[in-house]
Amino acid sequence: MSRRKFDEMSDYDSSRDRKRRRTDAVEIEDRLESLIIRVGEKSTSSLESNLEGLASVLEADINNYKSKILKILSDCAVTMPEKTTIYTTLVGLLNAKNYNFGGEFVDMMAKKLKEALKACMWRTARYVLRFFSDMVNCHVISTNSLLQLLHTLLDTARDDNSPQVRSDAYVYAVLSCLPWVGRELYEKKEQDLERLLKHIEIYIRKRTRKHVPGLRVWRSDRPHPQEEYLDCLWAQICKLRADMWQEKHIARPYVAFDSILCEALQHNIPPLTVPPHHPDNTYTFPWVVFRLFDYTDCPEGPVLPGAHSIERYLIEEHLHNILREHHTERKQCAAVLLDFPLKHKIPLEYMIVEVVLAELFHLPTPKYLEICFGSLLIELCKLQPATMPQVLAQAVELLYDRIDTMNVCCHDRFVSWFSYHLSNFQFKWSWDDWLDAAQLDPMHPRAKFIIEVLQRSMRLSYHQRIAEVVPEQFDCFVPAKPEHIFKYGAETAPEMEGGEVAQRLEACIRAKGNPTEVLQILRELPNPLRDGTEDEPSFNPLQVQIFTQVLLHLGSKSFSHSFAGITKFLKTSQNSCHPQLFEVLVGPNEEAQMVLLREMYEVWAKHQQMLVMLTDKLLRSHIASCATVANWIFSKEMQHDFTRSYIWEILHGTIRKMNKHVARLQKEVNEARERHSGRDSDDSSSDEEDSRPRPTEEEIERMEEKLEAVQADQKNLFLIIFQRFIMILSEHLVRCDTDGRDFNTHWYRWTIGRLQEIFMLHNTQVERYSQTLSTLLFTQDLDPHILDAFNQFVALRS
Amino acid sequence: EDISTIVMTSPSVALSSYRDQHFRGSRHLQERKLLTSCTLYVGNVSFYTTEEQLYELFGRAGDVKRIVMGLDKQRKTPCGFIFVEYFCREDAESCMRYLNGTRLDDRIIRCDWDAGFVEGRQYGRGKTGGQVRDEYRTDYDPGRGGYGKIVAQKTVLPQA
Repeated sequence: MSRRKFDEMSDYDSSRDRKRRRTDAVEIEDRLESLIIRVGEKSTSSLESNLEGLASVLEADINNYKSKILKILSDCAVTMPEKTTIYTTLVGLLNAKNYNFGGEFVDMMAKKLKEALKACMWRTARYVLRFFSDMVNCHVISTNSLLQLLHTLLDTARDDNSPQVRSDAYVYAVLSCLPWVGRELYEKKEQDLERLLKHIEIYIRKRTRKHVPGLRVWRSDRPHPQEEYLDCLWAQICKLRADMWQEKHIARPYVAFDSILCEALQHNIPPLTVPPHHPDNTYTFPWVVFRLFDYTDCPEGPVLPGAHSIERYLIEEHLHNILREHHTERKQCAAVLLDFPLKHKIPLEYMIVEVVLAELFHLPTPKYLEICFGSLLIELCKLQPATMPQVLAQAVELLYDRIDTMNVCCHDRFVSWFSYHLSNFQFKWSWDDWLDAAQLDPMHPRAKFIIEVLQRSMRLSYHQRIAEVVPEQFDCFVPAKPEHIFKYGAETAPEMEGGEVAQRLEACIRAKGNPTEVLQILRELPNPLRDGTEDEPSFNPLQVQIFTQVLLHLGSKSFSHSFAGITKFLKTSQNSCHPQLFEVLVGPNEEAQMVLLREMYEVWAKHQQMLVMLTDKLLRSHIASCATVANWIFSKEMQHDFTRSYIWEILHGTIRKMNKHVARLQKEVNEARERHSGRDSDDSSSDEEDSRPRPTEEEIERMEEKLEAVQADQKNLFLIIFQRFIMILSEHLVRCDTDGRDFNTHWYRWTIGRLQEIFMLHNTQVERYSQTLSTLLFTQDLDPHILDAFNQFVALRS
Repeated sequence: EDISTIVMTSPSVALSSYRDQHFRGSRHLQERKLLTSCTLYVGNVSFYTTEEQLYELFGRAGDVKRIVMGLDKQRKTPCGFIFVEYFCREDAESCMRYLNGTRLDDRIIRCDWDAGFVEGRQYGRGKTGGQVRDEYRTDYDPGRGGYGKIVAQKTVLPQA
């Protein structure tokens, strides 16, 4: 029997075994699960009759499958928040038939709430609380016990020893369940409700809002106020209260069953003790609600719910949840979004676009890859070609109009997304609408937007294409042709110092000369650092310059050619008998590395993407260190390009590499420790991992030392970067002060924005060094404008 | 996770039905490699698409380890396919989720899992040096050398 056939047969056998092992019970459980999960989906029967039927089926099986049913129901309550009222109705019907079952379900949910709070799963906790609230509407839970629970949660707001973000989580949970139960509380317990709201109002008033400026997509509140999330929800609840708690969005199937449900006996929620704050707890970052559209932006048709209407909150939450659930499958995601229930009552495309852009621009960082949103929007355009592209175009126009006060991080993302989007539509755009930008200072946000979009668009296509697609008034914005400049070409070399050597070097490398031969030629060069004394200079800048120029020139055809050229002179097993050229010429000497980077810039100043790729390669090959790259970015030579996006692409890439390195070493240490201690208990698992030799205490110590060293590098990198920022910003502020000029120049706005960007993009890592930063760098005597950036970052967790 | 589960839960990262016939090893090994690979094959690329464009686009899904351009075996010029290798599987999956089926150089590109680049696999396997599909296709595609090779040969004027 051939090996392939044997494999096929064993697959067949095991599947038959599996079928034989399946019992009827499992099949029934699966069917129950399917019925429960799918209730409320499109059906030929009405929702009421489906619920009634399902309740009967479940009641019949309660005795045999009770724990399974309890588990499925409690899971559905939390994983499908948009079907809350369907499941509460179902639970209500079951409770009416079987009081004990209802009690057990309430206990199970109480346990779920407690676990969620302990594990800092704030979204889960919010949905459990919402479910409890709606169970009041279904007569499963008494109003008094719900109010008691809500008060218990609100008591955290009195705790002054815990961070504001903690009490925010609880207050937000309480507020977000009021749309479901507000009306009922208003009718039956109006005074208690008012007292509850008073508590919340006092809390809202005394909260600090230090975190807000750093989280706004736009600095300006025109035309639409950008509200902090808790302030926004509070305003929406206040409006709901003013409307007598009448809301029209939530479907309430239990209304049809009122006569049955009101006969049921209610339960009390077991008392809950809120888990105390612990320094290891993580809380959700606050956010600012993204407002792009209002009802005047939408054409004739369904009206966009107002910013303070509860409908806006509920619909947006649902749309965000759809993204969370389906974002990894863009076709599915687009389909579900466009199939939104009640889609005919709202301008759906506008709300979808606003929610997707809200996620793209979310601060501190978007939840998913930026490309996720880009490809989703394209998918939406594909499914709705008659409406989506126009709405998106309208959104872009509005974003461009308001770009003057846009946060720098968001400006970058806008550029990145828009160029990608255009590349899928042949770069066709109504460029003529933006001609006014050509009159602006190139550092003006609008001009910069177009400059950077054209740069990125060129990267996705090629120079000529972009030059041709834009109107001639934009010629000033079209990027330079991405060519390299070689100092030692045939015409120019003779006049340059070392020019003749450079030409011979080029010939040698072209002829596949080995590193020894190359070094021999380079050794002929004089050293400009030699000052006539006995001291041997630490390196020869002329050697570095010429080697860099020639190498990059020879590799100028493509990235691959450049990378191959560099790799050839790194230490490998093949050329280990030869000197490692970068080691010899540059090594750990930071000055030498700077010469190399500067020379690289001289060669490729017009090809920004190449500079990004080369810097990446130099870092990965350990030719340049992260610290040197950071210092190079802030050096005088790079001042001209300092506000260009690619510079920050390089710096953030550098920081990310360092972060990844630390994370990788940390993971190795953790795994080694686990394997070390795991073997003590002598588990006989046949896991592949455990076949490796158990690491010794010594080995682990060495790994930890290595980790500590790299963490020190990481800290040093952040210190360098922040220090340089403080230096250039302080210098600018002082100079403007003495000259009597306004400091708020374009350069200043971009630079302070870039400082904020470091805090935002790398907030998790920077957090580790927060203490050091506040003691060493971000001290109270610092200019408040600079200190603000640090304080806003700290406020994210306080 | 087995293949059928992936097809149901995450269709965009599922294996296609294509299996490289030149793969050295069992079907089982090939599938295991495909299920853990960080390398993707990308097809329907224009002959004129540059490495720069590829890094710019595929870099949006994650850090690219390397890109190998598919070449015409005889001419050693790009013949419309590439291999993209990421440092980690997660990034390669992002590529499948978000870039597969979108446009590069105005063409819809097709990404698929690859068992891993091996020297020699960068060459087209068609008789005339390019990809097999370019031997037989009958349409005119300016981004892929015009007409398919067989069609193009038939329209060559007979010698006098």
